[in-house]
Amino acid sequence: MIKMRNIRKLYNTGTVQFEALRGISLEIAGNEYIAIVGPSGSGKSTLMNLLGCLDKPTTGEYHLSDKLVNEMTSNELAEIRNKEVGFVFQAFNLLPYASAFENVELPLLFSGVPGKIRRRRVEALLKRVGLSDKMENKPTEMSGGEMQRTAIARALANNPQLILADEPTGNLDTKSGGGIIKIFDELHEAGHTVILITHDMNIANHCHRIIRLKDGLIDNGNGSGASQSDATSK
Amino acid sequence: MKISIVYNVFMRDFRKQRKRIILTLVAIMWGTMSIMLLLAFGEGLKQQLTKGSRGMGEGIVVVWGGQTSIPHAGFGKGRRINLHEEDIAYLRKSVPQMIHIAGEYIRWGVSIRYGNNILSERINGVYPEYREMRVMYPQFGGRMINQNDMDQKRRVAFIGDKLKDRLFGAEDPVGKMFYIQDLPFTVVGVLKHKIQTNSYQGMDEDVIVIPATTFVTIFGDPYLDNLVYQLHPEDDSKAVEKNVYAAMGAKYKFHPDDEQALGLWDTVEGEKMEHQFLLGIQIFLGIIGALTLLIAAVGVANIMYVSVKERTREIGIKMAIGARRIYIIAQFLMEALGITFLGGFFGILITYIITEIFKRIEIQSEIFNFMGKPTVSLDIGLIVALILGFMGFISGIFPAMRAASVNPVEALRYE
Repeated sequence: MIKMRNIRKLYNTGTVQFEALRGISLEIAGNEYIAIVGPSGSGKSTLMNLLGCLDKPTTGEYHLSDKLVNEMTSNELAEIRNKEVGFVFQAFNLLPYASAFENVELPLLFSGVPGKIRRRRVEALLKRVGLSDKMENKPTEMSGGEMQRTAIARALANNPQLILADEPTGNLDTKSGGGIIKIFDELHEAGHTVILITHDMNIANHCHRIIRLKDGLIDNGNGSGASQSDATSK
Repeated sequence: MKISIVYNVFMRDFRKQRKRIILTLVAIMWGTMSIMLLLAFGEGLKQQLTKGSRGMGEGIVVVWGGQTSIPHAGFGKGRRINLHEEDIAYLRKSVPQMIHIAGEYIRWGVSIRYGNNILSERINGVYPEYREMRVMYPQFGGRMINQNDMDQKRRVAFIGDKLKDRLFGAEDPVGKMFYIQDLPFTVVGVLKHKIQTNSYQGMDEDVIVIPATTFVTIFGDPYLDNLVYQLHPEDDSKAVEKNVYAAMGAKYKFHPDDEQALGLWDTVEGEKMEHQFLLGIQIFLGIIGALTLLIAAVGVANIMYVSVKERTREIGIKMAIGARRIYIIAQFLMEALGITFLGGFFGILITYIITEIFKRIEIQSEIFNFMGKPTVSLDIGLIVALILGFMGFISGIFPAMRAASVNPVEALRYE
């Protein structure tokens, strides 16, 4: 499903040049459950942004479901972000003035789903994450765990195959965090490909595969960096 | 399908920005009112001045005898040229563009009397064509000089409305007798009030008009004081003028290029120039109004830029979940246009109300007699709507494009 060949990402901020990824190659099949780990500055978030088509690699090839992402227009990338990828962020990134319902509805608005169908879908999604009674609540009226569950519901709005989560439990207590990971487990069991970034080795070990990053390269333990990650399968 | 997406997202975002949007609305409303009122006053002025300049008559040219300045046909220069009755028929035949032509006799300082009221006034001996040519319409219950009066050399008079007040006071003068140089004359009509800004021997409201034939009988003037002819406003009055000089030059043996041989006042040309001048004033007022509105539009742009900056993170979120650049642009553009048109609508509405109030108030003032009352026309409304659309677009498109060029990764990190 995902193929990356020698991906490099260079950030150029005028005076400073920073190479966040220095040659990543990997393959991810459908329905995998993957954790990306690594120290701060290793390139995890950059990799996640590239996987989710929020950004394009500087060099290298990225194939998503056999489509070459490098050469896509911004509209095509937006389409992928809307329909094929679901993002969950550490900071939740909900619209603060919109209700849970309206937040979850947003991707459906952008894909042009008609009103009645939108309504049914949003209600089903919020029910799935256990927030049927919080539909009209704004983020300020919800706990951290509820906000993250809303964000997950939003990520699932157009039923994407790929779910990407960047430190989804980073701002949550242990109990809420556990609830969130449980939802990801269920999503994986339902057939989605789930990729998480995490600092928490418990969560990492919970996943089926770990990709370790270090200094912009995959760290497979022997320092070479270019080959596949080690497979710690369950 | 795309429009409904933009509309839905717009309506949701509007709720959050209410206060800010309302303040900007007020600024646009104020700018719109400014431009509309300025244009409306300009239009009122134009209409009033046009009415005023036509008070003397539309397309009028006045001709009087002069002195030759070019020796011609054996005559030296300095020869006096006098106008005769027969020139009327002659010019009517020679210059077919004339709608009307008539002659005029004038005498100043004539003693007139009604009861104990003695005045010294101007008397005009005119032709019946003056009714149409010089806009001398009678008030209800009276009439202007007619052909019968001319043929029978009747001692009848048509008087100006101001003169009527001075001579007859509050009395209705029609049918009453008064004395011109001790000769009894009957008043047949009083001039209907008109606004007149041009004149060549005094305002018509002060005039006493008697049949030209009667005038000659009483005063014995051998020459006409003026010939007055009327053209269509679109006619080339300069070409007609040339023809008049040519025809009169042929008759009176002066050089057709001798401009001093005849005196001529062309109100057609004057009206064209006045029209240009008024157009210039209207454009000037319009520009001032547009500049005021521009300031308000700058306010809108300012608000939009601030809005884009504040909503950077939100733009990033929307892009992350699949919003295309065009939706982001359309959202901000729609906001700018929405604010502009909504504010503009209220501005136009208030302007309309103000002009309607002016219409209904009877303000007796020299200023309003001159300036007229502010007049809103469909043209003005359309111009203002177009300007609003342009301003709204300009003030929205740049912030909107700025919003859409945001890098979603950076935007999501924005605090």
